[in-house]
Amino acid sequence: MNTLMGLINLDYEQHSLHELTYFRCGAAVPFAGRYRLIDFTLSNMVSTNIQEIAIFTRNKYRSLMDHLGTGANWELDRRNGGLFILPPDWNDPTDISKGDLRFFHNNRDFFYRGNGKYVLISGSQFISNGDYQDAFTSHLESEADVTLITTKVDVLDREHDPCLRIELNDEGYVSDLTNEKTNPHLFSGVYIINKDLLLDLVDQCIAHHKDHFFFHGIKENLSRLKVQVYEHVGYSAFINSIESFYRHNMNLLKSENYKSLFYKNTFIRTKISNEPPTKYRDHSNVKESLLANGCVIDGEVEGSVLFRGVTVQEGAKIKNAVIMQRCTIESGVHLENVILDKDVHVTKDQTFIGSQDKPYVIAKRKVM
Amino acid sequence: MKKECVAMLLAGGEGKRLGTLTKNLAKPAVYFGGKYRIIDFTLSNCTNSGIYTVGVLTQYAPLVLNKHIGIGKPWGLDRQNDGVSVLSPYTAKDGGNWYSGTADAIYKNIHFIEEHDPEYVLVISGDHIYHMDYNKLLNYHKKIGAHATISVMEVPWDETSRFGILNTTDDLRIYEFEEKPENPKSNLASMGIYIFNWSTLKSYLLDDASNSVSSHDFGKDIIPSMVQDNLQLFAYRFEGYWKDVGTVQSYWEANMDLLEENHSLSLTNRQWRTYTHDSNYPPQFFGKNASINNSLINSGSWICGKVDHSILFENVTVHQGSNIQQSILHPGVQVGKNAVLDRVIIMENTIIPDGIQIRSNPFEEPLVIDQDSVTQALTL
Repeated sequence: MNTLMGLINLDYEQHSLHELTYFRCGAAVPFAGRYRLIDFTLSNMVSTNIQEIAIFTRNKYRSLMDHLGTGANWELDRRNGGLFILPPDWNDPTDISKGDLRFFHNNRDFFYRGNGKYVLISGSQFISNGDYQDAFTSHLESEADVTLITTKVDVLDREHDPCLRIELNDEGYVSDLTNEKTNPHLFSGVYIINKDLLLDLVDQCIAHHKDHFFFHGIKENLSRLKVQVYEHVGYSAFINSIESFYRHNMNLLKSENYKSLFYKNTFIRTKISNEPPTKYRDHSNVKESLLANGCVIDGEVEGSVLFRGVTVQEGAKIKNAVIMQRCTIESGVHLENVILDKDVHVTKDQTFIGSQDKPYVIAKRKVM
Repeated sequence: MKKECVAMLLAGGEGKRLGTLTKNLAKPAVYFGGKYRIIDFTLSNCTNSGIYTVGVLTQYAPLVLNKHIGIGKPWGLDRQNDGVSVLSPYTAKDGGNWYSGTADAIYKNIHFIEEHDPEYVLVISGDHIYHMDYNKLLNYHKKIGAHATISVMEVPWDETSRFGILNTTDDLRIYEFEEKPENPKSNLASMGIYIFNWSTLKSYLLDDASNSVSSHDFGKDIIPSMVQDNLQLFAYRFEGYWKDVGTVQSYWEANMDLLEENHSLSLTNRQWRTYTHDSNYPPQFFGKNASINNSLINSGSWICGKVDHSILFENVTVHQGSNIQQSILHPGVQVGKNAVLDRVIIMENTIIPDGIQIRSNPFEEPLVIDQDSVTQALTL
């Protein structure tokens, strides 16, 4: 059967969200009120009916593992297949591989045992909601070796700087992947590859002492391989910095973005929490905001994203802020343009104001 | 395997007085509190009390209820050797019958209880809203050496005629049970929560089953005959919030109670959590002109109007200019623009068109509105 396996390779991702990634990897950064970044790619894989998913993760993966658990929340707790979290545990004395190729080399069994003949590989920073079924169908029909999922952005921004740009040849295949800043056709970091080819390229890369599978296995072989593109249409975002993280949280306060990320397709799945509905009290005044369950609100909240279990006491004012799980904001506090990581406690009558393009970030569990 | 205590949860009732709310589902499966179904409170009490063997007796319209309970996962009752078992009426070699009363339902499942060989059986009901540690009740029962212990609470004297009233001596020994008395001697009302020594209960169930004039009911038959036989029956005083949501009015009140500032039943209590299924709806969205006060709102709701003193379940939409007061909106309800809802209960997936105003008569029970009633009203 023509089926896909999934691989979320986090080894290329820098822990570049400052305070938010001091103690967790980027994939585990909370986003949009109740999710972690990895939920989007994981949910998209599950909606594509991918039943064997591996995660390559090198460090800071404690909170990621806690979040994913058995995979049950994504229906990945399966008799066969399911979720495989593969941190480095490498004991092959003959191993000469480097970089992320060590993950491929030491986890060959995942690919050998899997039923899928094709592998969908992704990172966690590209946020979208949709399945990859059409891309996969296109991959099968075109008999390409590799299909890159791309997206065309209307406004190029700083967060797009690290993205590779697509150049096509006359036959419509990818001829080059460049850093041309003005090219709006971006590679999303998601691609489909034939499993046998993947393992071949891994062997070649290792034999030549290469250390980056995508650059050396795919990008350097563009002339030999049939690499096509499939363009993702619909809401998407790249989250690779505090600024992009903040801006895309704020973007979801626009009704059309909210609807197109959350309601266009199947729901994004995440770890369930059993929080009660959010309670809005007498003095609550909530506008243009996203709130998760389990909050108790008795203050003013405007243009903000509040995660689960946040308490906002009477007389507190919160504007343009991202407040993560179980923060407590006491009365008389004024917050504007800030990001509060989990479990932050802001005591009475304090004011913290950041700027819109440089939000003020308060690290996890701080008492201010 | 021997268990100290098995819980038998009565969930087969129709809840006639809830009218439309129980048109297609059993009363314990009726939505409650913005996220829950009524039975979640008793199931969570079992989990939080460490009682992991629970038989749920179902009969009336059980589809939704069965699906909700499933293998008991939300309550941690998906276990290898015990957990939750749904016990519906069945046929066997000698025929079979519906459960004809609460006692009959337990009688027909004696084999289930025996499988666990318990010392004690806790009989509870799936249509009450309360947080209670059944262990305290069990310890009291053991300490006092009772044959049966009935949980009671004080009710206002003018409401005693709605309850089963227990008359006790000063040390809380029960000497009389009166169902809905007109001239009450006490204001201790039975909460429908019983602990029995299993051997005692079993013999009474067997006697009751062979009694052709019995209505096979705990309150009407089993307890009175235990009192008559002078068994050691004790009352256990429960202090806290407890509500029987038997009527539309009490259903509405119990929901509104959750909005009280210092309500003793707290959904945010992390020491006594109320568990239920969690869905994957996105966070709640509030538009520019949203105004929310004194309300409980669940995931997936999209609010651009005014909501006050109301309870909104998941995936509810309230468009601009609409005003929701003192109402309960079940999952998937869509309220159009400039609509007014005042003290009404809107059932699942009902669409309220633009500009519609629905107000309950202040001297009557809140109206329960479903899609049929909206369609009917519009065609008139």
